[in-house]
Amino acid sequence: MKRILPPVILVLLALLPLLGLSSYWMHIFILVIMWAVIGMAWNLLGGYCGQVSFGHAAFFGVGAYTAGILYNKAGLSGWWGLPLSIVAVTASALVIGFICLRLRGPFFALGTLAMGVILRVTTENLRSLTEGDLGIMIRERTWTEKTWYFYIILSIAASTYFVVRKVIESKLGYYFVAIREDQDAAESLGINTTFYKNIALCLSAVITGIAGAFYTNYMGYIDPKVVFALHDISIVTIMVVMVGGVATFWGPAVGAVIMVLLAELIRSIPKLGAAHHTLFGILLIVIIIFLPNGIVGDLPKLRKIFRLGRTS
Amino acid sequence: MKPLLEVNGVSRFFGGLAAVTGVSFSVKKGEILGLIGPNGAGKTTLFNVVNGFYPPSRGEVLFKGKRISGLKPHQICRLGVARTFQVVKPLQRMSVLDNVIASAFVRANSRARADEIAIEALRFTGLYDDRDVISKGLPLGKRKRLEIARALATQPEMILFDESCAGLNPTELGHSIEIIRKIKERGLTIMVIEHHMKVIMSISDRIVVLNYGEKIAEGTPAEITANPLVIEAYLGASQGA
Repeated sequence: MKRILPPVILVLLALLPLLGLSSYWMHIFILVIMWAVIGMAWNLLGGYCGQVSFGHAAFFGVGAYTAGILYNKAGLSGWWGLPLSIVAVTASALVIGFICLRLRGPFFALGTLAMGVILRVTTENLRSLTEGDLGIMIRERTWTEKTWYFYIILSIAASTYFVVRKVIESKLGYYFVAIREDQDAAESLGINTTFYKNIALCLSAVITGIAGAFYTNYMGYIDPKVVFALHDISIVTIMVVMVGGVATFWGPAVGAVIMVLLAELIRSIPKLGAAHHTLFGILLIVIIIFLPNGIVGDLPKLRKIFRLGRTS
Repeated sequence: MKPLLEVNGVSRFFGGLAAVTGVSFSVKKGEILGLIGPNGAGKTTLFNVVNGFYPPSRGEVLFKGKRISGLKPHQICRLGVARTFQVVKPLQRMSVLDNVIASAFVRANSRARADEIAIEALRFTGLYDDRDVISKGLPLGKRKRLEIARALATQPEMILFDESCAGLNPTELGHSIEIIRKIKERGLTIMVIEHHMKVIMSISDRIVVLNYGEKIAEGTPAEITANPLVIEAYLGASQGA
């Protein structure tokens, strides 16, 4: 059952556009899948390797701007950003890793948070390259329909799932979890913790960056405040994983569904819409107190509560 | 024959505090060297220097004639020196088996090989039946043995045991002594820190005594028990009690 679940879900999703859903619903599905990709990427570093990053917007933004600058300055199609963002994001991940990975725990989190902000401010001010606050507009959209965007992000998500699964079940996965559980013990068991933390960071960053490059092509407009946003990208990434389930394969996907739908729902309620950050904050507190392992991680607990409710 | 491990004039300072000063001794291949001393004598600091957590402030450590001080712990582990921790450090949210697999990967180049090494280490330490338990839930005695299993899974030539017997009940104590003896029979070299006098006297071939960071005596268990300096610094207290 568990073996066939991923291909079944993939096929069901692949058939989705045939239903002739409205453009709005296709947009929601694309966003959900994109957030699932970012969540899976973050989970690799934060969930498995235990290095909680508050700055994943940095990698999302670098990916997005790689696509944007290639289009705007080099006259290439923005889609070149997908492969080329790997180079740009790896380079920035190595620099950020060099600075932040010597820090542990909350200090690493603060370091990455600062990195995200530094990159946003840099992008705002490097006007000759990034157009600053004006942002970059992709003037010719590749498709007016959403179907192909959907298939592109779906294949990115499927590859990400596959890569994460392979990594976690291999030696790398064992090393990541060992580092998360006790860095000193891991080091004395022959694990080069600095090296493997860098690998986790680079993998996580590259996947996030590809999602960023996709975002540029899909949305057709980026500016620093959007793609380097602390709360709308970095924090939401953490929430997706926390709500869904830290260090689980399906957590980020479940979290993405809930977070995107919730955001849309709250925004559609008049007057409450502006307070969606507040509501997200409250949700996070509730999750941390009652479901510290997220929905997927605490599934047995949820089942129990559900069963109790039925019998009483 | 050249000793396996040589500690040459090692000092380690923490700010103005000298935790270890000018300690020299060597460990021969295949022997069990006991390291004793009152609390705060610098035993664990010395282990941390040998293991690579701290570089020595002065002096050097040689393993098989090659300088290892200054290397990182993971490099020293790769060369063949494993260790256990006084305060056990199991990888809490991993199962017992996964804990050992993670350390077996140092030499295993495939998952299957790592599994094999890990299962062998678990059988050896008598933890095989507990392999699926999440290590957080293990009682102390088994956690100490898990530390030993993990060290063994790195397939070392030498193991440093940091109080692997502390806090154990008599049955568990018997188990651990048995395991350490069996490890010696395999031809591994062992250095052990232990407070339990009966244990250290019965398993050690030679003993080094530290007091206030300095070596005050070295010799066979019989010589150590007869050494007036040692009795004054250490055993005297327990005799009086």
